[in-house]
Amino acid sequence: MICKGKVWKFGDNIDTDAIIPARYLTTSDPQALATHCMEDADPDFVARMKAGDIILGGENFGCGSSREHAPISIKAAGVSCVIAKSFARIFYRNSFNMGLPIFESQELFDAIQDGEEIEVDSTAGTITLTSSNKVFKINSIPPFMEELIADGGLMKHIAGKRGKNEKR
Amino acid sequence: MGNTITEKILMAHTGLKKITPGQLINAKVDIALGNDITAPIAVKEFDKAGGKKVFNKNKIALVLDHFTPNKDINSAQQCKAVREFARKHKITHFYEGGNVGVEHALLPEKGIVLPGDLVIGADSHTCTYGALGAFATGVGSTDLAAAMLTGELWLKVPPSIKFIIYGKLPKWVSGKDLILNIIGRIGVDGALYQAMEFTGETIRKLPMADRFSMANMAIEAGAKNGIFAPDTITREYVKTRAKRDYKFYASDEDASYTDIIEINAAKLEPQVAFPHLPSNTKGISKAGKVKIDQSLIGSCTNGRIEDLRIAAKILKNRKAASHVRLIVVPATPDIYRQAMKEGLLEIFMKADAVISPPSCGACLGGHLGILAEGERAVATTNRNFVGRMGHTKSEVYLASPAVAAASAVLGRIASPAEL
Ligand code: SF4
Repeated sequence: MICKGKVWKFGDNIDTDAIIPARYLTTSDPQALATHCMEDADPDFVARMKAGDIILGGENFGCGSSREHAPISIKAAGVSCVIAKSFARIFYRNSFNMGLPIFESQELFDAIQDGEEIEVDSTAGTITLTSSNKVFKINSIPPFMEELIADGGLMKHIAGKRGKNEKR
Repeated sequence: MGNTITEKILMAHTGLKKITPGQLINAKVDIALGNDITAPIAVKEFDKAGGKKVFNKNKIALVLDHFTPNKDINSAQQCKAVREFARKHKITHFYEGGNVGVEHALLPEKGIVLPGDLVIGADSHTCTYGALGAFATGVGSTDLAAAMLTGELWLKVPPSIKFIIYGKLPKWVSGKDLILNIIGRIGVDGALYQAMEFTGETIRKLPMADRFSMANMAIEAGAKNGIFAPDTITREYVKTRAKRDYKFYASDEDASYTDIIEINAAKLEPQVAFPHLPSNTKGISKAGKVKIDQSLIGSCTNGRIEDLRIAAKILKNRKAASHVRLIVVPATPDIYRQAMKEGLLEIFMKADAVISPPSCGACLGGHLGILAEGERAVATTNRNFVGRMGHTKSEVYLASPAVAAASAVLGRIASPAEL
């Protein structure tokens, strides 16, 4: 998978209340959630970002609540992937489960300015800075997680397995 | 090499003879929990995957506690979707209306979660049940959908950090202060992906209410779960509530830990977490003069009867300062009733408190106590992120019920010792 876009840089400990504030959780409609994506971290984010853009976080991105509304709003806003130094664990599993590509990179954060363009190649495990062709590695993920992504998320993965079992 | 309590419970739910930290496992789930924010998505996913039947109608808990009593039309629709699912699948543990309480206070109180269980909940504070000696962790809505369908879930076995707490807790210092202090020491990602195991002589004497509020906030250090080895205090709590078998697990002497942290509880004073992170903690003597507009006593962290008793002790024959809105939220209907019987509600009303129905309400900035721009609240809740209780320019200070009550009276963040 290739994600190419402009980087929106955020800091450490971007919590789920910053990604999608609780006051908007009275709905689970992806498009409605998308209009408030990152609102409490950067109120202009949705208005200024373009489809395909990339969110870059520091340590512990997505900490706080278990709300899947967070990755849902990011995906529905058109963000192609999220990269961070590290992710909070529920956000991490939610993203895989619902099919939002996320990648860990320790080095990228300090080597890049807000607004620069990058290309992520998940198969090659690399991130390339468009301006300088500088290449960074992304942390590899366990085979099971790769399977989840290939199947299009947890429910499709399960449905596939159940289907196979029933046919047996 | 022995195993930790967390590893043992996980192992018992997999059929594997050996597991090691970092391993991905498929585990059987004893209870799967959802609420009115997370269950609607789970229900949709369940249906979308062609789910016809839940794996076990007695092992699912659906609790409509966040935006209830229904805050607006949208939240009413969300609740309706969950209610219809609960009825269709004849879910045994479905709570709403006059039966509902804040989920993490309600499930232990009703004996729905028990020692030795593996509990997953689409709510980050599901880790609360670790206080009972269960493995309990927060997951997302898709996870909940998967668990409701199959009764299983993929998990990564966490390594454990051991916290050994010793020394007698000083007056007005509670489990809440202990956990705030710990998060202050290790940071909001200090236990990322790990289990926090609490032991030591102080813990062995710690009442269940304090254990619940400590396990509750394990997620605030990024942990997967918080856990206490069950003992006689646990047994006392569960024996009248349990309607099925449960099992006590304990860590082996030679179990391995990534870190062992010792804390002398006798040296602690009441703690306050300043905005905007739960790790931004200070001892109350270093809090300075922080004027407040609201004091909130409640939530899954500190809305239990023991918490209300402490608050009432301080508020008796006193009033909240005239510029402070004091809100008390008994976490469950049983706690509400008990507080009524003991005359606590009378004390709160005389102190000019608003008594809220059991609800998550203000804790997540949902309703029933939202903060305006520039306002400050002291709260017995667990998160003080930007905008957590309202306006992005409002502030939340986390503390114990004792500090929240004393602060309400003095109109600024204060120790009960000042009264
Ligand atoms: S009381 Fe607060 S922290 Fe607890 S479940 Fe409700 S919203 Fe979440």
